[in-house]
Amino acid sequence: MTTTLSPSPPSAGAARKPAGGPLAARFRVPGAFVLGAVLLVGVAPLVLSDFRLSLLAKYLCYAIVAVGVSLAWGRGGLLVLGQGVFFGLGGYAMAMHLKLADAAAAGSTLPDFMQLYGTSGALPWWWAPFAHPAFALAMTVLLPMAVAALLGLCVFRRRVKGAYFAILSQALAAALSIWLIGQQATTGGTNGLTDFQGFFGYDLDDPVNQRMVYFVIAAVLLLLMAAVRQLFVSRYGELLVAVRDAEERVRFLGYDPAAVKLVAYVGAAGMAGLAGALFVPAVGIISPALIGIVPSIGFVIGAAVGGRASLLGAVLGAIAVAWAQSTLSDAFPAAWTYLQGLLFVVAVGFLPGGLASLASAVRARRARPRTTPPAPTGGTA
Amino acid sequence: MNGDGLTVRDLRVTFDGFTAVDGVDLDIRPGDLRFLIGPNGAGKTTLVDAITGLVPSTGSVRFEGRELRGRPVHRIARLGIGRTFQTATVFEELTVLQNLDIAAGAGRGPLTLLRRRKEVPEPVTRALETTGLTGLRDRPAGALAHGQKQWLEIGMLLVQDVRLLLLDEPVAGMSHDEREATGELLRRVSGERTVVVIEHDMDFVRSFARSVTVLHAGRVLSEGSVADVQADARVQEVYLGSAAGSGSVPGSVPDSVPGSVPGSGSVPGGVPATATATVAEGA
Repeated sequence: MTTTLSPSPPSAGAARKPAGGPLAARFRVPGAFVLGAVLLVGVAPLVLSDFRLSLLAKYLCYAIVAVGVSLAWGRGGLLVLGQGVFFGLGGYAMAMHLKLADAAAAGSTLPDFMQLYGTSGALPWWWAPFAHPAFALAMTVLLPMAVAALLGLCVFRRRVKGAYFAILSQALAAALSIWLIGQQATTGGTNGLTDFQGFFGYDLDDPVNQRMVYFVIAAVLLLLMAAVRQLFVSRYGELLVAVRDAEERVRFLGYDPAAVKLVAYVGAAGMAGLAGALFVPAVGIISPALIGIVPSIGFVIGAAVGGRASLLGAVLGAIAVAWAQSTLSDAFPAAWTYLQGLLFVVAVGFLPGGLASLASAVRARRARPRTTPPAPTGGTA
Repeated sequence: MNGDGLTVRDLRVTFDGFTAVDGVDLDIRPGDLRFLIGPNGAGKTTLVDAITGLVPSTGSVRFEGRELRGRPVHRIARLGIGRTFQTATVFEELTVLQNLDIAAGAGRGPLTLLRRRKEVPEPVTRALETTGLTGLRDRPAGALAHGQKQWLEIGMLLVQDVRLLLLDEPVAGMSHDEREATGELLRRVSGERTVVVIEHDMDFVRSFARSVTVLHAGRVLSEGSVADVQADARVQEVYLGSAAGSGSVPGSVPDSVPGSVPGSGSVPGGVPATATATVAEGA
């Protein structure tokens, strides 16, 4: 087995890209990470007012969802149009605990809205365990992951893909929000759960504690970004891209693509759940309107605009779109939904790599004068 | 002998009432280099699809004594059976090295998967050398030339460490030199592994086949050495006659209508069997 196939001499020199110094390349990603951390944790709290900082906290929650979207959709090719379900499960799990804690502090066994609307006067059995902080915290992540695992097992085993998967996810988001609206007595219905006083013993009206919530959110976002970045460069990350691009081929190599996709899907669901849980103390409400079809689409738009295959692109895109939404929807409340749809179509249709790919797309066009060898579309983090 | 190699018994595949594979029996010894030939629609690709679990079938497919039917595709692959497709399917956005590394790793545990690749696994290095792709290992597979993609696919089967390779028209669209190189590669690979090749190009079959199975309308029409098969009157009728009539054309037999080669139907017996058979036997 020593002889080689060589009718065409391989051009070894052309294969290696001259990097701008090995050191620079090596520290580019950690450097950007540290810079981001300094901006989020150091600079933002100094220059932003309490009000702006709480808005940023909300945007960062959306960014945490986008980290998962980047994993599942960007790398895994799973168009997760129902992340509202997992965001909602995490959010409600946290909100239920805060409501019960508030009630206990006020010397009652029932949350305030149940005293208004409740019919039986007793706490529903499925509320009771959420009085334990550890249980509630675990549920914010485990509940969405369990639901995603169950759904993913059914869907991926049956090789449901593409648009069908996306529509199924959407339907689930719609179903959950409709169910919540119908359960006025036990979930708060359309109003959702709101008006929280404390957060694990800290008064949420105190601006200092609001800052603390912001720091927790920023830290979670940074940690998840680091973890997902590691996943992207790992062998699993390569395998996920392989499944996205040629699922059949992966199957014939002896892997079960359903299992590979399941990991990404469940991971993304867990992140959405955690984001929902952090959203509750930061914004002070979780309601069906925040987790239905429109917000579910909203969760992926940021990633699509920024660049779903690029982690940083997805995160910055999510923050930018969330910012645009709160700014523009105040000025033109009717126009935002249309603009949101337009953004989605334009990003997916004309710039699949998002803004993160804009620079390299322009560079590729400039570098290609007339003759065009098929340009390799590199998927770098 | 039946316990070893690939043993297919009474295999049938039916699509909506159309029987694509109609009771095929096949025995392929370990180390063989078997070519599957036959006119378009003979059921060659469907047969490979059925063996690898892609389409449901009835009958029996045993490899190294184990029944393959009823197992999911990825389990069959893990029993040491690999295949390629008519169109080279590689992971275009990943590099050559990443493609091979994925092929090598079906047995990896979660901990290895979650870590970055620290070094190039030894089988991958060997496959890079065997396929002549060492210099291109950091190139995205999508940027490879057509022939190089086919070699990458074969390389992926090598690192996958399969004992049975099923190749669907591996030299389609290759230049003459590339065909020769691929044939030599297949010859080296067989021996320690079993290789089954679906092929239309009769020159290629004559040069490299150790044994040939002719399929026609979902059934085995003839089987044996190249010489046996070429001497078979039924084969000449449905397939080889036309190919032999245009034997001077180095390219592949037109895929669509084998019988349409001008003048082919009029020379049913004109098969130059002896000259080509010696080549095959000499291997």
